[in-house]
Amino acid sequence: MNRKSMRTLAATAASSALLFGLAACGAGNESAEADDASDSSLSGTLNGGGASSQESAVGAWKQGFQTANPDVTVNYDPVGSGGGREQFIAGGLSFAGSDAYLEEEELTAAKERCGSDVVSVPVYVSPIAVIYNLDGVEDLQLDAATIGAIFEGKVTTWDDQAIADLNPDADLPDTKITPVHRADDSGTTKNFTDYLTAASGGTWSGGVVETWPVKGGEAADGTSGLVSAVKGGQGTIGYADASQAGDLGQVKVKVGEEFVAPTEEAAAKVLDTAEAEAGRAATDIALKIDRKTDAAGVYPVVLVSYQIACQKYEDAEEAELVKSWLTYVAGADGQKASEEAAGSAPLSESFSAKVQTAIDTIG
Amino acid sequence: MGTRRIREEGLRVSSTTEQTRRTAPPQRPGDRVFGGLSLGAALLILATLAGVAIFLTVQGIPGITASPEEVKYDTTFLRYVGPLVFGTLWAAALALVLAAPVAIGVALFISHYAPRRLAQPIGYVIDLLAAVPSVVYGAWGMVTLAAAIQPVYLWLEEHLGFIPLFAGPASATGRTILTAALVLAIMILPIMTAICREIFLQTPRLHEEAALALGATRWEMTRMAVFPYARSGIVSAAMLALGRALGETMAVAMVLSASGVISLNLISSTNPSTIAANIAHSFKEASGLTVNGLIATGLVLFVITFAVNFAARAIVDRRKEFSGAN
Amino acid sequence: MTTTLTRPAPSELGADLRGRRLPTWGPTTVWSLAAATAVVGLLTPVGLARGLVLAWFVAALVPAWSFVVEGRRKATDRVVTHLVASAFVLALIPLVSILVAVVGKGSSALSAEFFSYSMRNVVGEGGGIYHGIIGTLLITAAASVISVPIGLFTAIYLIEYGDDSRLASSIRFLVDVMTGIPSIVAGLFAYALFVLFFGEGVRMGVGGSVALSVLMIPVVVRSCEEMLKLVPNELREASYALGVPKWRTIAKVVLPTALAGIVTGITLAIARVIGETAPLLIIAGMTDSVNFNLFDGRMQTLPVFTYSALMNPGVPAEPSIERAWGAALVLLLIVMALNLVARLVSHFFSPQGER
Repeated sequence: MNRKSMRTLAATAASSALLFGLAACGAGNESAEADDASDSSLSGTLNGGGASSQESAVGAWKQGFQTANPDVTVNYDPVGSGGGREQFIAGGLSFAGSDAYLEEEELTAAKERCGSDVVSVPVYVSPIAVIYNLDGVEDLQLDAATIGAIFEGKVTTWDDQAIADLNPDADLPDTKITPVHRADDSGTTKNFTDYLTAASGGTWSGGVVETWPVKGGEAADGTSGLVSAVKGGQGTIGYADASQAGDLGQVKVKVGEEFVAPTEEAAAKVLDTAEAEAGRAATDIALKIDRKTDAAGVYPVVLVSYQIACQKYEDAEEAELVKSWLTYVAGADGQKASEEAAGSAPLSESFSAKVQTAIDTIG
Repeated sequence: MGTRRIREEGLRVSSTTEQTRRTAPPQRPGDRVFGGLSLGAALLILATLAGVAIFLTVQGIPGITASPEEVKYDTTFLRYVGPLVFGTLWAAALALVLAAPVAIGVALFISHYAPRRLAQPIGYVIDLLAAVPSVVYGAWGMVTLAAAIQPVYLWLEEHLGFIPLFAGPASATGRTILTAALVLAIMILPIMTAICREIFLQTPRLHEEAALALGATRWEMTRMAVFPYARSGIVSAAMLALGRALGETMAVAMVLSASGVISLNLISSTNPSTIAANIAHSFKEASGLTVNGLIATGLVLFVITFAVNFAARAIVDRRKEFSGAN
Repeated sequence: MTTTLTRPAPSELGADLRGRRLPTWGPTTVWSLAAATAVVGLLTPVGLARGLVLAWFVAALVPAWSFVVEGRRKATDRVVTHLVASAFVLALIPLVSILVAVVGKGSSALSAEFFSYSMRNVVGEGGGIYHGIIGTLLITAAASVISVPIGLFTAIYLIEYGDDSRLASSIRFLVDVMTGIPSIVAGLFAYALFVLFFGEGVRMGVGGSVALSVLMIPVVVRSCEEMLKLVPNELREASYALGVPKWRTIAKVVLPTALAGIVTGITLAIARVIGETAPLLIIAGMTDSVNFNLFDGRMQTLPVFTYSALMNPGVPAEPSIERAWGAALVLLLIVMALNLVARLVSHFFSPQGER
């Protein structure tokens, strides 16, 4: 009995010592920063959430913002655009990241939550590359009609006449084409199908959707799942954020008379050709992207992701935090950070200024 | 400290034993507290389950009654959930069929076949595998397993293509329902093995020795002494494993190339999806009634688990007489 | 592989009684041969897969040989031995493959910085998972504190008090049903529950513990029940006969006897939930900073960290993916340590029996 209780005692002591030992110290990189002298007066926690497409960009923004304001902690839950919008409207998040702007119904609800207009600004523009894995074929060139036919399952082999016509110099094998699409609902799919619907001239009939409409074909979860599925098969083709394409081949897409590669510069130009959706508040910048553009050097297959916030917050400190956060994110520094960390296309100066005007109304 | 008090209690008890039933132990305030705690814990579980059920029902019903225009999947709830139900059952059944014999074999190997010094570390390694996060299983299945097994699918299509299960066309990436079922099987293997092993180890030594003494071979001893004793435990283990297979979310979502069709084809890239994986796929971008619809599919999964367990309970009558060594 | 699969040891004495037998060296030699085939397959272009198939056929010679020499009954026994051993090898292949993947891809991430840094203000290389380790330990510990007493007491109720009452059998049934709750539903349930008390947008570690408990309790109940059921009734009756009250019998006789199994069951249950991703993402959220307070704010956990680092790696992707596998490896190490503690507990506190 005695020996047993001794053991129990020792075990309890040891385990609690372990726990307190752990609890005693913070992370090595966190304690150091608190001492940093800084002229920032901001402090507190800013909670956001939503689109996972923005996650790596938000990671970079957090770093920049928290370094400038050491007493601030920014959290971002990558629960998905729908979840982000829903929780923002319910009042659970200070700001939401979303691959789509608010729909009518949501807008009404969001205004109710805010007691004011909604500030919704595009902050993350990323080219969606059409990626493929086909040995011996580099610099594949396709137009929207052919891409639509491939993803619809009408063009089934790589040596199909439609592909050969666009690539006179390529030596195309008779490998079967395996189109890979996203298994999960995503803003990437929505933007991609938006492009196909607008530009394919009817070879794509699936409409503009977040859920892949064609039953059949290869499906993969998330951007990295899709990329690894394309890598894992031969003769595969898919669509993903250009930054994640790695060493896979990236299709040059026909715009006007030339073929444009999915670069950041080409994607950034899209915003200048885009029009704002009519009938919305000035602070609610909802873009209608011109997918059919034939302007030179524009890459129209892009994902535009927004951050949504309120104009008014009950807590002035929260308003101040959101305002500074968005100012940083949409500003030159923030856009540069996300370009480096996530391969996004930076907002042009003129566009950035427009966004800033909207952000300034917060508070 | 205990002996004296026990003796006293024993003396006091002896006067009351005649009034109680033969097997009933003496009742004490301590007993009432202990019994109350136990009952309370059991009732708390009921409350939790009721909570989950109420949550699913309240949130799910608007999704079930929603018209096709109001939800993202553009169809009635029943049409939407039908293929998912099929996929869930199909994948879980495949996984269980693949895993159960192996798990029982491994458990038997550890408990009765392997030398003791080997058995312990093996059991240890297998316990460990229960802890690999499902995300890692997913990543492994998606990259390693799918690539390794794809040639097998090609072979199956070529040589056994006349069987509808292997009709093909074989997937180019190997991410089929069979691959997903294999990953599920591997995931449920540790949990099933561990429980079976503990149960096999608990077989009364006397039963085993009696069988051997009568000249039984090791297999005959296993069949006559170990299995009957362990039967209800094996079923429990299988049910636990099945529960995990039915509800597994992330690994299936990552491995399976899901299209939401009904198909028995095991090797093509067009596969049925499962309820849990579909929730993971669709939930992030869902809003409004679509969310309710997805929660309603969760309710359906709940009902399926209910039905499966009910069926299992009906098939296997839990044989109490094997509890204890009498 | 060592292959002295002989429990109980064959005694030379009974050899005549049992008829003709294979020589003792027979199976061992064939098995060594089979192992050699597999190794040759691994080293030569034949490939491990074909080598293993060949080895299987070589090993199958033992029952065939036995059928010729020893007759049907012994041969059946050897067939079963062959099948059981091959089930084991078959199970080992994927398990080893996963372990190799996790250790191979994760071990390069491990460093002092990896264990002591959080991800606050880290982009690209560097950073660590200290915040994730803390979060996982705290949330899982809290989940165990909730689940183990409830689960264990329920199991006690089912075995010791409920017997065959209708309540007990319906609880047993409902616990089985509970094992089928998908993890994401548990997360949504916990979120809905906490929203009732704390309002929209609530994120706290203890919410994650509640979600995990929903998943963990049935596993605890199920495995504890099986273990309690296996405690021989003689022990209980002996205790009652000495006049020991029921609760003391349970506490001092039944539980200690079943301790090893119960501890295994609890370890399994913890292992089952410690790797959960979906529910924690919903209710515990994610953060880059360390948070010690279960009752306030977001908490990072290792599986959530792994998932997000794997699925949204950023540019360049390599450091993030390396951290993801590193976190998975650390999670594995934590469970390994847990297992070790569990073994020690059952070793020191179990009554010394015949096992």
